[in-house]
Amino acid sequence: MRNRILFTLQFLFTLLVAAFLAVPAGLSIAAGVTVNYFRGLQSGVTLQWVAQVWDLYAGTILASIMIALGTLAVTLVVGVPAAYALYVRGGRLARLVEEIITLPLAIPGLAIALALLLTYGGFGSFRRSWLFILAGHVVFTMPFMVRSVMAVFATIDVKSLDEGAASLGAPPWRRFVDVIVPNAAPGILAGSLMVVTLSLGEFNLTWMLHTPLTKTLPVGLADSYASMRLEVASAYTLIFFVLIIPLLVAMQWIGERGQSR
Amino acid sequence: MSHKSFVWICLLPLAAVTAAFFVLPMARLLVTGAEGPRGLAEYLAILAEPRYRATLLNTVLLAAANTIATLIVATIAGLFLQRHRFPGRAVLVAILTFPLAFPGVVIGFMIILLAGRQGLIGDVSSRLVGDKIVFAYSIYGLFLGYLYFSIPRVILTIMAAAQKLDPSLEEAARSLGAGSWAVLRDVVLPALAPALVASGAIAFATAMGAFGTAFTLATNIDVLPMLIYTEFTLAGNLATSAALSVGLGVMTWLILALARSFTGNSVAAAG
Repeated sequence: MRNRILFTLQFLFTLLVAAFLAVPAGLSIAAGVTVNYFRGLQSGVTLQWVAQVWDLYAGTILASIMIALGTLAVTLVVGVPAAYALYVRGGRLARLVEEIITLPLAIPGLAIALALLLTYGGFGSFRRSWLFILAGHVVFTMPFMVRSVMAVFATIDVKSLDEGAASLGAPPWRRFVDVIVPNAAPGILAGSLMVVTLSLGEFNLTWMLHTPLTKTLPVGLADSYASMRLEVASAYTLIFFVLIIPLLVAMQWIGERGQSR
Repeated sequence: MSHKSFVWICLLPLAAVTAAFFVLPMARLLVTGAEGPRGLAEYLAILAEPRYRATLLNTVLLAAANTIATLIVATIAGLFLQRHRFPGRAVLVAILTFPLAFPGVVIGFMIILLAGRQGLIGDVSSRLVGDKIVFAYSIYGLFLGYLYFSIPRVILTIMAAAQKLDPSLEEAARSLGAGSWAVLRDVVLPALAPALVASGAIAFATAMGAFGTAFTLATNIDVLPMLIYTEFTLAGNLATSAALSVGLGVMTWLILALARSFTGNSVAAAG
């Protein structure tokens, strides 16, 4: 009996916490397709706000997708070989490098953005281009790619694979392309999902680094929260959810598959 | 090409990118912090200047309150979800973990929808008691926002730790006559301690440095990231904003490093 009450209380509490997280997201989705949020859903359902967001902010949405893909490309090309090198080399230097590239996770984005502005603010054409935001995103997402790939190396005994291929006479770069990369695929995939998700939602750095001509989706969101009617802001948030939720579902799915193995 | 030189070549691009876009800028930030009229003393201003000190205290108190509240909420819900299987459990877990990837601005908007001028709480309260409760733009709104993004981070860690608990220890305690509170206090919570410390440190450090949520709710909230932002953009005070952000960065890094040395786990505060 006592257990029954305890179970019910905990269940209700957990439900309340879930409601706290889900209800505002639900409200925002509803508001994005409601004719008049103040009058409620009975005022009718419409896609006019979504269309208006597309008219006003399509550039920011495309920019965010391009920057996310660019960040992914750089973290793949730079991060995967580095993860391999750090893993096979090991030792104090590898730990130090790993420590340094992980620092951007412990330091607020605002500080990193300020540092980038102070250093490169004077280089006008770089400062004004998308590459400036890309540089910030690469610094911030790189540790996720490197660690995710290194975690896979730790589970598959990559050193003996590498030595096996070497004993067959394959040169180092061939072994990397034909043996190491395919074996690291699960880590590369998990890292890629993380990098794209984080880049799409990055605000703290991007707000400081953007210019009127280089606005990303989260920058546009902040702009719409401050200056647009609630329905438009909600429709914009809805578009963000549509972009990000498939990535989250994929990440959770991969995580569960990894656990059950 | 030897294997050794290949490994070095693999490492080279990362070293170049990190040096150019992280190490060098951070060094520049450190130097700039000491280039103001106060010189090196700028770094002490965060403690010496009453206005900055008050903001720092505000930020620390808010982050601490958020950490304690998050740990309590997440431990209750996380233990419950780890120990019971029931229909709809997977949906609850998904709801509780998805906001992990929401940026701070979006979370600010969630709080506006909940407690803002057109928010749900104000709507319900004006219908029930005729008084519209609006608190999104105050420190309570910010607290709620921090809670919103801390709960998913902490709950995942606690669920993972609870999964590894040895049930025989609890059974032993119970067979020796311990009640459920005693089991929780003397067996479960001590076993969860490393996870609580690690995830609590993440929650604390993230709340200290969170900018997006405060920016969206902005009107009258005085926290360190907002102070740095206004010093930089409105006052154009480069040295002060650099010194303050170095101070903030050192604090968040220290908290995470301490937690890591305590738990032996690597932790991170993104967001």
